[in-house]
Amino acid sequence: MTQPSTAPGEETPAATTGRFGPFGGRYVPEALIPALEELDEARQKAMVDPDFLAELDRLHRTYTGRPSIITEVPRFAAHAGGARVILKREDLNHTGSHKINNVLAQALLTVRMGKRRVIAETGAGQHGVATATAAALMGLECTIYMGKVDTERQALNVARMKMLGAQVVPVEHGSATLKDAINEALRDWVTNVETTHYLLGTVTGPHPFPEMVRDFHRIIGVEARAQVLDLTGRLPDAVIACVGGGSNAMGIFHRFVPDAGVRLIGIEAGGEGIPSGRHAARFATASPGVLHGAMSYLMQDEDGQTVESHSISAGLDYPSVGPEHAWLRDTGRAEYRYATDEQVMEAFALLCRTEGIIPALESAHALAGALEVGRELGPDALLLVNLSGRGDKDMHTAARYFGLLDEDES
Amino acid sequence: MTAPTSPLGVAGVLDTCRAEGRAALIGYLPVGYPTVEGSIAAMVAMVEAGVDIVEVGVPYSDPLMDGPVIQHAAATALAGGTRVADTFAATKAVRAAGVPPLVMSYWNLVLRSGVDAYAARLAAAGGAGLITPDLIPDEADDWIAASERHGLDRVFLVAPSSTDERLTRVTSACRGFVYAASTMGVTGARDTVGGGAEHLVRRTRAVTDLPVCVGLGVSTRAQAAQVAGFADGVIVGSALVRCLIQARELDEGLEALRLLTAELAAGVREGRR
Ligand SMILES: Cc1ncc(COP(=O)(O)O)c(C=O)c1O
Repeated sequence: MTQPSTAPGEETPAATTGRFGPFGGRYVPEALIPALEELDEARQKAMVDPDFLAELDRLHRTYTGRPSIITEVPRFAAHAGGARVILKREDLNHTGSHKINNVLAQALLTVRMGKRRVIAETGAGQHGVATATAAALMGLECTIYMGKVDTERQALNVARMKMLGAQVVPVEHGSATLKDAINEALRDWVTNVETTHYLLGTVTGPHPFPEMVRDFHRIIGVEARAQVLDLTGRLPDAVIACVGGGSNAMGIFHRFVPDAGVRLIGIEAGGEGIPSGRHAARFATASPGVLHGAMSYLMQDEDGQTVESHSISAGLDYPSVGPEHAWLRDTGRAEYRYATDEQVMEAFALLCRTEGIIPALESAHALAGALEVGRELGPDALLLVNLSGRGDKDMHTAARYFGLLDEDES
Repeated sequence: MTAPTSPLGVAGVLDTCRAEGRAALIGYLPVGYPTVEGSIAAMVAMVEAGVDIVEVGVPYSDPLMDGPVIQHAAATALAGGTRVADTFAATKAVRAAGVPPLVMSYWNLVLRSGVDAYAARLAAAGGAGLITPDLIPDEADDWIAASERHGLDRVFLVAPSSTDERLTRVTSACRGFVYAASTMGVTGARDTVGGGAEHLVRRTRAVTDLPVCVGLGVSTRAQAAQVAGFADGVIVGSALVRCLIQARELDEGLEALRLLTAELAAGVREGRR
């Protein structure tokens, strides 16, 4: 088999010890350390193994649908101060979001490590659907943990996971959202680690997850950078992505980090606004702390208890954020803003009406960010926005928000 | 590196038990369940009924090493307004009752106070040290320094999955004892204590002279006796917490707790060594 060709700057960066400045690390029970070391070794070997890279490349071309296209959206951009806006269409990937990039790679690693079962957490359900999909494709047993609140607001995705043969476990304690699903997945993992791989869905958790998941999503930025150069002859002024745990954002940002003139802008969930306390704008309010194995910014009270987050989008409803984002933020290389639920729903509706594209509510945060940044920078600006997923799963929430349901349905 | 023992620490108690030819009984209860005062009364009741060391649990919002029983107690304690500062009232009371209190805390609660400030406060409140279920020695430089400064024990965990290399690394960072998790998994009573526990204790003893205590899954006198046959201490948690959860009122819970503690204390004396 041939190794897919990589242009200079496009090769995966060398593995590290898992610290991004003071952030990251491995704050987990000792019982998991051997599995994390095994995983770290397996992924480091895989990333220089031509057979692994060729197999992943083949899957991406023939199953995921890569490279994903870019779409310029002038009618939407008219509302963004007239800036040029280009969308990276991760919503067109098989299963409907960027999540599949990481999932297929980790599923291949699972098989290589000789494990037969995968577990995963999911918020919006997109990571759960992608994991259930890969499990079906590769004949793995699959259990998905999902907060009870999220199983209700993302019911379509629960049905999809079940159709794909996964067991879906609703998690009822705590806030019954993504954070609690991760707790439960970690409890399963610590019990069954010998046979089970925890297919973590974002750039959080103990090393090597933040770095590994970033590397598996890095293809988004590698493709998009070349595509934008090809279309416009220049680099974008800003790259904009929503940030839950931060995987789609790290994926599109990373190739641009050395391009000093390109602003990297992450958009967090502003929920009902900062004063309400009901949000997931970690960088606007939080301080460093440890949750789920990593040191990063964390919404916590005086004692260090985790504070519950809130967002209209399940995928961004998480009180911490990937450690590499914390480092990009503290070093000033990336900037983080937030969009409130209201701004998000406006951007969501706008993309639907002006361009005929229904985005995921998570991705609509990036769109709301683009409207704001475009207005600041004006018509000469070129913005690249990661459209991380499609909105089918959110139609119920949107229909309710916009009053499109009959009385008795809402 | 085996640090000198500390006057606050548990080494003295474990030595005494060893001299008596038996394993120590270590009982876990969370602060704040059913209330802060109730939990302190329960810890003192355990001391009176025969525990050698009290493991003082600090309720945490995301207890990923705990099963349903302790999760429930922690969530109730937090909903009732239990604060990290209440831990220190508990350690004082346990110390006054005559046994060393060893605090079990998830790491972010310590980090948030400042590691050194937390250690100072714990030492001042009679604490023996910390058991850290989600902190490995590799991430513990600050805690190792602070515990040295304040004379506190450091109990890290080893698990059946630990390689020999990890056993060496972890035990060399411990002071007081080594906590051996009997099985892979979270806290909670089990019908049988995994056969892996004895094997793990044997592997651990091969790399350290520290006492090795076994926890996770022990709930009965017979299990305590079985584990006491190969370990220096038997750690019981969920089964004791359940005494309080199943009771209609505190007094009934304390009575059940005393009975179970006495049974377990008899168990650790029955283990053939
Ligand atoms: C479409 C979509 N975008 C973004 C996210 C947020 O995750 P991350 O920040 O890891 O990209 C999710 C998570 O569920 C998602 O489904």
